[in-house]
Amino acid sequence: MSDKPSDWTRGEAAILYQSCRSCDKVQYFRRDFCAACGSTELREVRASGKGKIYATSLVCRAATPEARAHVPYNIVLVDTAEGFRMMAHGAGDLAIGDDVVARFVPFAGRIVPYFEKEQ
Amino acid sequence: MSYITGVGLTSYGRHEGSTSLDLMSKAAALAIADAGLERAEIDGILCGYSTVSPHIMLATVFAEHFGIRPAYAHAVQVGGATGLAMTMLAHHLVEAGVARHVLVVGGENRLTGQSRDASIVALAQVGHSDYEVPLGPTIPAYYGLVASRYMHQYGLTQQDLAEFAVLMRAHALTHPGAQFHEPITVTDVMASKPVALPLKLLDCCPVSDGGAAFVVSREPTMAARVRIRGCAQAHTHQHVTAAPSLSELGAEIAIAKAKGSAGVAISDVRYAAVYDSFTITLAMLLEDLGLARRGEAAARVRSGYFSRDGELPLNTHGGLLSYGHCGVGGAMAHLVETQLQMTGRAGNRQVRDASLALLHGDGGVLSSHVSMFLERVR
Repeated sequence: MSDKPSDWTRGEAAILYQSCRSCDKVQYFRRDFCAACGSTELREVRASGKGKIYATSLVCRAATPEARAHVPYNIVLVDTAEGFRMMAHGAGDLAIGDDVVARFVPFAGRIVPYFEKEQ
Repeated sequence: MSYITGVGLTSYGRHEGSTSLDLMSKAAALAIADAGLERAEIDGILCGYSTVSPHIMLATVFAEHFGIRPAYAHAVQVGGATGLAMTMLAHHLVEAGVARHVLVVGGENRLTGQSRDASIVALAQVGHSDYEVPLGPTIPAYYGLVASRYMHQYGLTQQDLAEFAVLMRAHALTHPGAQFHEPITVTDVMASKPVALPLKLLDCCPVSDGGAAFVVSREPTMAARVRIRGCAQAHTHQHVTAAPSLSELGAEIAIAKAKGSAGVAISDVRYAAVYDSFTITLAMLLEDLGLARRGEAAARVRSGYFSRDGELPLNTHGGLLSYGHCGVGGAMAHLVETQLQMTGRAGNRQVRDASLALLHGDGGVLSSHVSMFLERVR
């Protein structure tokens, strides 16, 4: 297991996606097969962390004590340079269409991707 | 053929001390009496779920509690679309001859049975457990994302969205069973507490206790006959991260199929019952369904088009936004109100003509859709 690449969902400061060797489609949610063609020939690839803001919502009312300590926090959907969409945190000044780049920040006891405007 | 032969609805709001089974039983008894049936005549049961009292066999638990032994029974889970999905299944069951009278029931003490935080946490689980939930989103945040994109694409403003909350509240003021009885204005909505921007507190439906039920039968049991003319579903994704673009929405797919199966056009529709968990949900669905052009639903609200006396009355009981939302029963109240309107029994809320109605339900984050046409026949 140790040689397998890891990502933020498992505590590593990285964003991974899967690319299908058979049909070239990319997918973000990890599976043992390609959701487009069913092939099991998948590559795990590390994403660049670059993308464009697709949508934003500033959470002002959280449901758990851990999350409440962080309000307000911006939830964003990012269309990544690699062609998949992902949910993450983002800076408060982001607008739809902004070019962004990811870093990783602590949130509710773990690390999460945090996008800011590309300099 | 299938008919909505009886309907039952409790008030929504606080039912201190009532369990989910109590609220389901109350609504079920009302619906069966309304259909002019005896409990023993019910041979099919479809029920939803309760987040307060989850059970792997809720329909059987309910049947035992209620005192009937159906030939067919199980629960259905499609989030907010559950009520109409059950109705669609009941329609097919009675048409196929599996049952004669199917009781469709939902009810939950979601407000008083658990803390508001517990409700929010439970509902946020419609998000992806690895890729979304750890980020701390809430259901309003999922819809807040959708709202930000839709507003960006079609030029809607927060004031536009507020109009839908004001309309639903105005309708609720005429229904004694509604959770809210104080009028609100666009200014009130704009000034309400931010929840998940662009959505504010009054853009969001409340958490409620309540129950709703109806009977779907092969033959009519009363003089006023309301039949299911056609229905269809579409399921495009579960998680908002995996949602298709705004040009291939599930509601558009479902309504196109339903129009085909019912053989009707949108211009035939006289009454609308559309899912309204948030103001953005209602704004989008009205436009997805073709009840308003893109970006123009709010203008139609302002002009009175969707009011009780307007061209196309909408959710005259107040919808989820102001009648209340008790989970599965929430959107079932839309169908109860529709049946009352179609049978001329809506009292001071009665519209001029509800001869053909369009109902639409949405589950998840615009994930699962059911469109349905009901028709009054003589």
